[in-house]
Amino acid sequence: MIKKVINFGYAVTPDRQIDFDANIHDICKIVAVAEPTLNLCISCGSCAATCSAALFTDFSLRQVILLVRRGETKGLEKEISKCMLCGKCQLVCPRNVSTRNLIIQISKALTTARP
Amino acid sequence: MTFDLFVLPFFIGLLFMLAVLFIKYSRWIAMMKASDRIKAGMALFSISCQLKTIREIFMESLLHRKMFKRNPLLGYMHMSFAFGWFLLIVMGNLESRIYSGGHINPPYYPIFLKFFIHDKRVLPFEIFTLPGFFRFTMDLLLLYVLSGLVLALFKRTRSKCFGLKQTTNHKRFDRWALTSLWLIFPMRLLAESFTAGIYRGGGFLTNTLGSIFDLMLPLEYLTYPAWWAYSTMLGIFFVTLPWSRFMHIPTEIILIFLRNAGIKQGKYPGSFSEIELRSCPRCGVCIDVCQMNQAGLKGSTAVYFIRSLRDKETNVQLSSNCMMCGRCLEACPVGIDTLGLRVGARSVDNKLVASDFSYLLKKPVVEKTAEVVYFAGCMGHLTPGVIRAMLLIFKNAGIDYTFLDEEGSVCCGRPLKLAGLQESAAKLVKENTTKILDTKAKIIVTSCPICYKVFNSDYKLDEIEVMHHSVYINNLVNDGKLVLRPMDLKAVYHDPCELGRGSGIYDQPRNVLKQIAEVADVTEERVNSLCCGGSIGEISMNATQRNMIRDGALEILCVSQPEILVTACPLCKKTFDSGNAVLVKDIAEIVAESMILVNKDNIGVEMETQKKVEYISG
Repeated sequence: MIKKVINFGYAVTPDRQIDFDANIHDICKIVAVAEPTLNLCISCGSCAATCSAALFTDFSLRQVILLVRRGETKGLEKEISKCMLCGKCQLVCPRNVSTRNLIIQISKALTTARP
Repeated sequence: MTFDLFVLPFFIGLLFMLAVLFIKYSRWIAMMKASDRIKAGMALFSISCQLKTIREIFMESLLHRKMFKRNPLLGYMHMSFAFGWFLLIVMGNLESRIYSGGHINPPYYPIFLKFFIHDKRVLPFEIFTLPGFFRFTMDLLLLYVLSGLVLALFKRTRSKCFGLKQTTNHKRFDRWALTSLWLIFPMRLLAESFTAGIYRGGGFLTNTLGSIFDLMLPLEYLTYPAWWAYSTMLGIFFVTLPWSRFMHIPTEIILIFLRNAGIKQGKYPGSFSEIELRSCPRCGVCIDVCQMNQAGLKGSTAVYFIRSLRDKETNVQLSSNCMMCGRCLEACPVGIDTLGLRVGARSVDNKLVASDFSYLLKKPVVEKTAEVVYFAGCMGHLTPGVIRAMLLIFKNAGIDYTFLDEEGSVCCGRPLKLAGLQESAAKLVKENTTKILDTKAKIIVTSCPICYKVFNSDYKLDEIEVMHHSVYINNLVNDGKLVLRPMDLKAVYHDPCELGRGSGIYDQPRNVLKQIAEVADVTEERVNSLCCGGSIGEISMNATQRNMIRDGALEILCVSQPEILVTACPLCKKTFDSGNAVLVKDIAEIVAESMILVNKDNIGVEMETQKKVEYISG
């Protein structure tokens, strides 16, 4: 009960231990070259709030970007595949991140830049 | 004597070109889908298809009708080259038959006829004998082509006189080919004039020039080299043709035939797109019309995109930068499916992107059935004002409706399709189709032109009629179910790309709007309407570039200083709204505000909402 009260809904991933060294940090660089607006993201979560896919599943672009930045590529491909590319997130993004291209580029980077 | 060494450059060039064309064409035929090959084979024996093809080749490839429509001077220039050269070949061939007793001659014989035959019986200005007529006509035709050449040279520096603000920046190879083409005709003139100067056998042009040259030049030394030069220019042109932009000359004919045979650009690149790529003459008409110019992305316009695709340059930026507005498609004199090529290229670029929409299967089934289904679409959900207005309109007109995506929508699939992800799009199409069919409706009304376009093109909805809300409102007004009261407003209407050029709906929204406000004309409207800059067809453009396009469009739309800009697309509305140039409303919103409330009992609480809408919009 207490946990529910203090959870404001901002936590995108459950508490866990992350082995930062084991992660693939190149992915973030590759994506940022292909779509530089990745660096503009402030993780506000507007994209996840408006997402069409989020109505049916727990897909969240905010989480995806966070995982990309951390280099946590495990399971990322499956997450990305839920996107319908409808573009609502791009219209609501206050930082004008090209979210649609971001999704495409992350997806490409995941398949091409595997270790 | 009917042979001389100097014909060899021409003759070898011609044979080489024909051999290359044969290899290329056979490869494309081999690449073709079996169903397309059958279609093309059937069309070969269909007289109506052949007649249509011949007519189109004559009107477009030779006379350049569409070029004339764009600019008469530009049309004349292209026509003089194409039609003039065509007639030179035909007439030259006929002329050569007089001297060979009607036999078919080797191809170089008619081309270099004046070298082989010096018919002194014909007087320079004689027209009414058969050889005299041909001599006169051939000179006239040469003059005709040369007039086009003068215009072409003039166009290099003064392209604005030809209605082109910008022209294509050609690669060096194309410039070589172009130079050889340009030199063919002056060389022919010189060679024929020199010969006429010596033998006095030319027509009105070559004979006159020949006499003048004879006075000041040692023609006996110059004539033979001039024929060599003429032949060499022809040879260079033919050898370069299969790889230069002039490949469009033979390929456009094939394209017209295949198009008339009912073959279309497939979802993925194939032999048809290969043919389309080579049919592009790089005339540059598409450069000016493309709004990416305003965003400083001239290099991504259709002509350069097609060139890079043909040259197999891997440039993802070029394929992803495009609003898919279709202005280039409308302007293209060859009718190349520029958008289809762009989507095809994207399908190659993005082929690694996987989609999995299995989660959609878990969602609840639609329970309510009704006559009319309303589908707001993703973009509709971002403009709640449009949804509110539509629901008000439904209630006021007393329509039995159901709101299909009230709890949030599944995307229609068009954004995926435009990104080249055809298979992923097909999954969404399938998903939505069952959902729509479950409602047992007769009409599906959508607020979003993007959805509307794909509902029409990709969905198999049986008996269900697909309507955009502007069309539906127009029908309601025509049926008397909706009474509009005029408001004292000066408005302009913006045609959304997907609704106008994409689906051909121009009049219905205008009809509705005219009953409410005074609608001013815009210079770029209907088929020429501008893109708002918010397009979901675009993939990689950044916000600043999008804003430049938006502002450019707003500037043109607001020339008449309207009080309100009305559109029929939630995405256009949202994009223009952010431009802060003018009050922007959707057609549904302005109708909801101006309609006389009949079914007051039905509306109840919503009336308050409407008042609120009016208050917000001032």
